[in-house]
Amino acid sequence: MSATLSTTMSAVTVISPETNEDVQTVVCAYEQIVVRGGGTKPALCTAGDGATVLDTRRLTGIVEYEPGEFVFTARAGTPLREIADALAAYGQYLPFDPPLVQEGATLGGTVAAGLSGSGRHRYGGVRDFLIGVRFVDGQGRLVRGGGKVVKNAAGFDLPKLLVGSIGRLGVIVEASFKVFPQPPRYATLRVSQPSLDAALAAITRLNGSTFDIEALDLLIEAGAPVLYVRQGGLATTLEERQQSLRIWLGVGTPLRETDEAEFWAAARAFSWAPADWSLVKTPITLNTIPVLEQILQASGAQRRYLAGGALVWIAWPGELAQLHVYLTQLQLSGLVLRGETQWPFVGARTGASLAARVKRVLDPTNRFPIL
Amino acid sequence: METSGLISELERCFPPDRLLQRPAQMAPYESDALTAFRARPAAVILAETQAEVIQAVRLCHRHAIPFVARGSGTSLSGGSLPVEEGIVIALNRLNRVLRLDPAQRIAVVEPGVINLDVSRAAAPHGLYYAPDPSSQLICTIGGNVAFNSGGAHCLKYGMTANHVLGLKAVLPDGEVVQLGGESLESVGPDLTGFFVGSEGLFGVALEIILRLLPKPECYRTVLAAYDSLAGAGDAVAQVVASGLLPGAMEIMDALAIEAAEAAVHAGYPRDAAALLIVELEGERVQVEAEFAHLLRVIEGSGPKTVTVAKDDADRARIWKGRKSAFSAVGRLSPDYLVQDGVVPRSRLGEALATIERLSRTHNLRVANVFHAGDGNLHPLILFNGRVAGELERAEALAGEIIQMCIALGGSVTGEHGIGMEKRQHMRAMFTTTDLEVMAELRRALDPGEISNRGKMFPDGEAPALSSHGVHPLERQGVISRE
Repeated sequence: MSATLSTTMSAVTVISPETNEDVQTVVCAYEQIVVRGGGTKPALCTAGDGATVLDTRRLTGIVEYEPGEFVFTARAGTPLREIADALAAYGQYLPFDPPLVQEGATLGGTVAAGLSGSGRHRYGGVRDFLIGVRFVDGQGRLVRGGGKVVKNAAGFDLPKLLVGSIGRLGVIVEASFKVFPQPPRYATLRVSQPSLDAALAAITRLNGSTFDIEALDLLIEAGAPVLYVRQGGLATTLEERQQSLRIWLGVGTPLRETDEAEFWAAARAFSWAPADWSLVKTPITLNTIPVLEQILQASGAQRRYLAGGALVWIAWPGELAQLHVYLTQLQLSGLVLRGETQWPFVGARTGASLAARVKRVLDPTNRFPIL
Repeated sequence: METSGLISELERCFPPDRLLQRPAQMAPYESDALTAFRARPAAVILAETQAEVIQAVRLCHRHAIPFVARGSGTSLSGGSLPVEEGIVIALNRLNRVLRLDPAQRIAVVEPGVINLDVSRAAAPHGLYYAPDPSSQLICTIGGNVAFNSGGAHCLKYGMTANHVLGLKAVLPDGEVVQLGGESLESVGPDLTGFFVGSEGLFGVALEIILRLLPKPECYRTVLAAYDSLAGAGDAVAQVVASGLLPGAMEIMDALAIEAAEAAVHAGYPRDAAALLIVELEGERVQVEAEFAHLLRVIEGSGPKTVTVAKDDADRARIWKGRKSAFSAVGRLSPDYLVQDGVVPRSRLGEALATIERLSRTHNLRVANVFHAGDGNLHPLILFNGRVAGELERAEALAGEIIQMCIALGGSVTGEHGIGMEKRQHMRAMFTTTDLEVMAELRRALDPGEISNRGKMFPDGEAPALSSHGVHPLERQGVISRE
């Protein structure tokens, strides 16, 4: 077969299949497999001794993209950067705003990790835009779910099942997405808050308002909460809309246009998070923030709350075991993207028994790590 | 099927007025909105609590007797058709909104809550529940979850699956699971999303956490008339390609226009071959600017006339005509079949031209009322079941339309689901391996295949097809098929 095989210094073998058939062959040939795309979320794709890394980066390329249809299909190892560029040429974008685009994240890795960024605030996350998927399960079967049209109710929703499956139910080899027209222009208001309570009250008001907000992040800057409110739309009306928002909020300083894009790009790159700290995705709700914030502050963690309080990225300086204890107490769950851990989940977990049933069907011999 | 052991156990758990066994009592449960199918269950349980549903499922599991959970029975694909001699678990009495949290913008509801009641409960807080199937006055959230229901406003905010954050469910073998949660985000496989749209094969949702949206500040609605159906279809492709993102984009053809006009006097132009409704929503300033752009695109698409809704009353009238069109068309004919298929949006014009041609070939009238922005077709095939051979011709025509959807790269169903109706088309959508994996997943949750047995998979047993006319509620205009 045409896959390339290379062996690194350690006992880990890396195989880079080029075709779906290659992937099927590899899956059948090895007993322990860890799937890796761009490797931007190392905690999700680091292989232990004896495991084989299935590198998806040669499964690359956009298979189908008809701009007028606002739908594309690409192979799993295609870098998000390539997809974002192709879409941008027609004024389109991935509305769920995936992170680590410039760092080399792949389409398949983003689906498998189930990651969306600040921009998911407006229209939803990766689960809401994935419409079809093709994957090779742990028995080497090539399976397809969903389709290539924006609305489709045929069969079980396998695409959603694969979102967040971190390569442990199968190897995603191809994915289809719906996309949207990108707002031609953006503007962001920086709103300093006197206290956390005030910040949360402002988020609550905004969440219930009729303002169309692209992103709404809460940062802690020099110990003080600051909101970043991003709007997008036609250049002719954006200034007026930002002005209305500012009046409604009572405060706010617009970011300069050049800084604006830079600010959100930095968010996507996690450049605020110290590189040698653990990085954890934690779904939350607004009412959990006060308690969580106390813990994170006391622990010296860096953090960034996204999407109007739906999600927090935690940069954690210490042992993940401690974070696990805290999150479990709060009945929150987390996914470790970077950091020393054998098991990428921290905190509470729901649906584990159903996940286990699914795992027994798709990967009965645990070729992929347990889920 | 040996049900006497199960029935006697059920009799110990449920009072006789909530365990229906007489044919006359069970008649309303023998069919759903796909009236061509009919089957008589052994008993119908009117459950009132989650505990009762769990108990009923566990008993069915222990006795290996199939069950079908049912809300208002508005499924258009026969999704809530009983299994002959099986059990029906009616969920309409589990109709409490358990919690409404306006700050978090969520509602936690039981499966028997009616779709529109969620929006009604949320309205005082300026919020609403987005998925709006045309049967929203009567259909339940439990059914919406099972079939991932859509509606006219899916274009921007998606279908039911995109609005369910978490749920509690009893699996067919009696295990109760909690999936997802109250956050918009999750970690691990999206099991909530996997459950939604499983057509009742994965068990029964007992509590559903729904996402609510703030009502838009402003709507702007335009009605454009065209000389041909293909012209309206091409206009949709142009609007989509223009970079605008309408909240809804709907098409009606001449037959539908005529029927809707006769029924509700929506003020539609009567001499048009097709009508396109496009609606923008959002912040006023933005919507006004986009609307000007939309009108330029529409003007450029060669319409006969363009009418802009002046106020809320105008808008309401336009939508009333649209939402009543199905039942109105239904009145033109003794019987009709509704199809639900999807084509790529750029090929709508082509698809509509093909449907017109097929209509002539089969010598049956076809009305079209559908969610054009999603490429989701709903051709309505008119026939008279009393004329020998007409039902079969209508079925053949419906099948050819579905084949066309597949050939154009679309789907055999956009929002009605596979149910009983589309099972034979699954093989055209999926490979043997795909179907095998889906069947294995189903058996992992339901080893005895007791939950909604016979649906979705192509090899299920089906009762004979016959023509029974329209659903009584449909005749009254309460529900409609789209």
